[in-house]
Amino acid sequence: MQDELLAVQAKWQKANIIGIVRQTPRVTSFFFKPALPFFYRPGQHVDVRLSAPDGYQAQRSYSIASAPDSSETIELAIERLDDGEVSTFFHDAAEIGDEIELRGPIGGHFVWTTEDGGPVLLIGGGSGVVPLVSMVRHRAAQGSAAPVLLLYSARTWDELIFRDELLGLAQRANGFDLSLTLTREASPRENHYARRIDPAIIEDVLARLPMPPKLAFVCGANAFVTTAADALISAGVPANIIRVERYGV
Amino acid sequence: MMTRGFTGRGQPSEIKDRIPPGQSLTDDFPVLSAGPTPRVRTEDWSFTLKIGPKPAFTWNWDEFNALPQTKLTRDIHCVTAWSKLDTHWQGVLVDDILAEANLEAPTDFVLAHGYDGYTTNVPVKDLVGGKAMIATSYDGKPLPPDHGGPARLLVPHLYFWKSAKWINGLQFTTRDEPGFWELRGYHIYGDPWREQRYTGD
Ligand SMILES: Cc1cc2nc3c(=O)[nH]c(=O)nc-3n(C[C@H](O)[C@H](O)[C@H](O)COP(=O)(O)OP(=O)(O)OC[C@H]3O[C@@H](n4cnc5c(N)ncnc54)[C@H](O)[C@@H]3O)c2cc1C
Repeated sequence: MQDELLAVQAKWQKANIIGIVRQTPRVTSFFFKPALPFFYRPGQHVDVRLSAPDGYQAQRSYSIASAPDSSETIELAIERLDDGEVSTFFHDAAEIGDEIELRGPIGGHFVWTTEDGGPVLLIGGGSGVVPLVSMVRHRAAQGSAAPVLLLYSARTWDELIFRDELLGLAQRANGFDLSLTLTREASPRENHYARRIDPAIIEDVLARLPMPPKLAFVCGANAFVTTAADALISAGVPANIIRVERYGV
Repeated sequence: MMTRGFTGRGQPSEIKDRIPPGQSLTDDFPVLSAGPTPRVRTEDWSFTLKIGPKPAFTWNWDEFNALPQTKLTRDIHCVTAWSKLDTHWQGVLVDDILAEANLEAPTDFVLAHGYDGYTTNVPVKDLVGGKAMIATSYDGKPLPPDHGGPARLLVPHLYFWKSAKWINGLQFTTRDEPGFWELRGYHIYGDPWREQRYTGD
């Protein structure tokens, strides 16, 4: 298995923040330039470590939003949790030029490359879209024709991270299809949904794929992942082609 | 290296020595897994001890629950950097399972298997001597599916990916066979106090 060859780069390294871009009211992208060569596959994540003056350290995982073949830098898209320890540091204190310790890439299961082929169903909730965006960007960079459908749920139109980029990629109509659903307001566009993901939405998007999916990836908060994965199974998708990444809580 | 502008929430000093390096305390119980949560009915559940490929002993749910019950209160540590203190578990110690099967550990290593196809490797010495159990209850209630119910392995002194969810068997192996995450870059042993998160740590 290819995964066996991909040992984790366990070494902590310093990475410079070289760009900060606000994406939505609560999500900001941070662009890093690692000191050492960094090879990763779409869907993988990094661990970030922050150190306080008293020696206290906090570590968190963040999915990589960039695609290995379309960007020299590593983009992390971090959602601000108001009482969060690490996400508030990034939003309130981090500046361009700061050095952050990170290591990776980590994770050899929640990974898709164009070599794996399609059709692929991607389902993301909130910041859970981040690793899926890496896959979508990678597909575009490779000029792959693999059918990929991204079902993406967010609270509001303005909280859809990478919204315009994703809408633009879908407009090319080259096998990448996008389905959006908003949980706290009506969608301003037709053919998108305005409710939490449910079995009916899952059946709809499965029907939009040319064939049953070869792989399905689900990422987001725990409750979201459970709902989406259960709906996939009820719709007849085999459990062993469903890969999930849970952000824990 | 110090991170400019980071002070951190800090940890209450009375519990500092219970939190391994790089971990943060949580009051929640985060859920992590690689695939969907299997829904295993207790009517269909069974647990098998295997020696290599050969089944040596199998229990159904009722038989398993008739084995001696033990309660453990332990701190647990997830590789995603959260730790949770004083978690309450009940189940059957691996010692009692081996005693019931009248089995001395025939090899030094075990591969734990889950209903979802998950595997993880644990040395026998980390499973015996009251160190590990097959847990069927958490916090006084049946173990919920998201946390591995009906039954999960509990090896609290190692990172929590070793505590295989939805367990259906322990297999004795002659070599230390890497399991699911161990094949994907995670540490072969996983001691949180030595911060053995990934291969090479
Ligand atoms: C594989 C993986 C990939 C991930 N990818 C991303 C990503 O791409 N983008 C992203 O934004 N996130 C991602 N996450 C989540 C991320 O790792 C962090 O969990 C998240 O940023 C919150 O961290 P924090 O330090 O800000 O919050 P924490 O301080 O960890 O708190 C989390 C929540 O719990 C509460 N809380 C917990 N403990 C306490 C306490 N002692 N006191 C007060 N409140 C507390 C807080 O109110 C907060 O709402 C990922 C997680 C995993 C496992």
